[in-house]
Amino acid sequence: MGLSWMAWTWETATFFGVIALLLAGMTLWEIKQPGGAPRHGVLGLDTTRGDRLFISLLGSAFIHLGWLALAAGPLWWALGLSLVYSVLVFRYV
Amino acid sequence: MEKTLNNKAWFMVLPVLFIVALNAIVPLMTVVNYSVQDTFGNNVFFFEGTRWFTEVLHSGRFHASLQRQFLFTFTILVIEIPLGVAIALTMPRRGFWASVCLVLMALPLLIPWNVVGAMWNIYALPDIGLLGYGLNWLGFNYDYTQQPTAAWFTVILMDVWHWTSLVVLLAYAGLRSIDDNYYRAAQIDGASRWAVFRHIQLPKMKHVLTIAILLRFMDSFMIYTEPFVLTGGGPGNATTVLSIDLVKAALGEFNLGVAAAMSIIYFLMTLLVCWLFYTIIMQGEKE
Amino acid sequence: MRLHRWLVPTLYIIFLMLPIYWLLNMSFKTTNEILGGFSWFPANFTIASYVKILTDPTWYNGYINSIIYVGLNTVISVSFALPAAYAFSRYRFLGDKHLFFWLLTNRMAPPAVFALPFLQLYSALGLFDSHLAVALAHCLFNIPLAVWILEGFISGVPREIDETAYLDGYSFPRFFTKIFMPLIGSGIGVTAFFCFMFSWVELLLAKTLTSVEAKPIAAVMTRTASTSGYELGLLAAAGVLTIIPGAIVIYFVRNYIAKGFAMGRV
Repeated sequence: MGLSWMAWTWETATFFGVIALLLAGMTLWEIKQPGGAPRHGVLGLDTTRGDRLFISLLGSAFIHLGWLALAAGPLWWALGLSLVYSVLVFRYV
Repeated sequence: MEKTLNNKAWFMVLPVLFIVALNAIVPLMTVVNYSVQDTFGNNVFFFEGTRWFTEVLHSGRFHASLQRQFLFTFTILVIEIPLGVAIALTMPRRGFWASVCLVLMALPLLIPWNVVGAMWNIYALPDIGLLGYGLNWLGFNYDYTQQPTAAWFTVILMDVWHWTSLVVLLAYAGLRSIDDNYYRAAQIDGASRWAVFRHIQLPKMKHVLTIAILLRFMDSFMIYTEPFVLTGGGPGNATTVLSIDLVKAALGEFNLGVAAAMSIIYFLMTLLVCWLFYTIIMQGEKE
Repeated sequence: MRLHRWLVPTLYIIFLMLPIYWLLNMSFKTTNEILGGFSWFPANFTIASYVKILTDPTWYNGYINSIIYVGLNTVISVSFALPAAYAFSRYRFLGDKHLFFWLLTNRMAPPAVFALPFLQLYSALGLFDSHLAVALAHCLFNIPLAVWILEGFISGVPREIDETAYLDGYSFPRFFTKIFMPLIGSGIGVTAFFCFMFSWVELLLAKTLTSVEAKPIAAVMTRTASTSGYELGLLAAAGVLTIIPGAIVIYFVRNYIAKGFAMGRV
């Protein structure tokens, strides 16, 4: 069976590669240095590291969509914004 | 009861993981790939970047079907949840008649979705269907194939017919878990019907009701077959909800890129709501 | 008060039964009579539509195909989900909660989104137009559901039972099949019911993944509608026949349905 029907591009392959690396990295981090019990953050939610990664990723997706919908200009700005957002999530949520 | 830590449990989950990943991740990756490219068939693709996303996010057509989708989901939740609770409260609690009620009520849940659509398609026709004929006989001018309002009414009535039983079953299951002694105590205290509902029955149903709302939200958000068979999205675009629009774009117009971009936006919204509900349920269970 | 209590469920059941009655009514009429006008009962009672369906292979093969892939899917879903549900219920492991949530999101994935990639995936696997393809595709939403329901039932079994069995020298597979599965028998029944139900009613994927050999009954119905004009009597009879397997299954699990919903958090 070929994979041509999946229509891979370098851009999307990189995207999924980064996600896979993030997951692998989080697993290694958890094995080396367990994150322990969930933390009660500013949103009133009990979150572990994995939850925070999920919140960061989902939020980033919406930041990118919002950027495309409302703002003009290169998408790198949205990426930057997402990184800031993720750092905040990991720090405070 | 504390669960024991055992990372070998992963091996028991692996088969499930494999089969679901095959079904979920491979197609999802393909959709993402499609969403950044254009094609004229024959597996020839051109990279387009985020063009489709920008197009979809600014398209009036997408906004319109999204709005219709939210209107639809909101309406059926407002009707089905209270109705389902009311029926569960009034139906017999146990014994022969409870079984009869359960079997009859579960029946619509087991009818293939296109049969549901086809059934209502004829049932609501003004000349030969019971519902359409009856409404016109009562003096309403009703023809769902021509009037957008009538089409909306029919689609919503069909969904209420199809899915209220799910809410009934869930609420009934919640009510069954209440011990009879509670009712006896309430009777001795001379509690009103409302007080019994407010302080005994509602708290017991809270958990199952959250699940009911979650399930009804998700299922109505991805509804496709029934309204498609019933009205085909018409008259005009009056009942074109998200999924119908999506399939139209993908298979009807072969706009793979647009359809894929729509899919992803759609999927992200479902994921967000799903996560919110799940978090609420889990936090509720902890308390 | 008494009468009042009966009123709401009775009215609701009448509301549920009317469309089904109408379908039944039409299935005993000829197409001409249906199109001829409104009538409460068939004037010329005929079972010709049923005879046609039960004797014409293109029709009854549709039923057989549907039942084969639904059965296959139920078996796959339950047997794959059992060990996973046990693991989720008894152990903590790295990423367990996220895995569970990810499984659930698939229950929420709109099939419309996946229809086209599914077609290509199963064509690439060489499974297009086979019962197995539909059975595997329906695992997308049925396995998460099965894991969810079974996890609820398994958590209801006290953990001491597992520990006693291990102390008595049972190996895990023997303990699981000899002691544990009989204990959660009703849970397995309820799970199988829900898998059957969701696989039976789904059409979009089943239709996309098949063309001739494994064509489900629901797809046979839509094709007949377009090729031979509207054979309404025939369609109504076919519709009635699709309700029957569901009705039989509900009858068998009627006492467990409510329990399944409550415990399994469908």
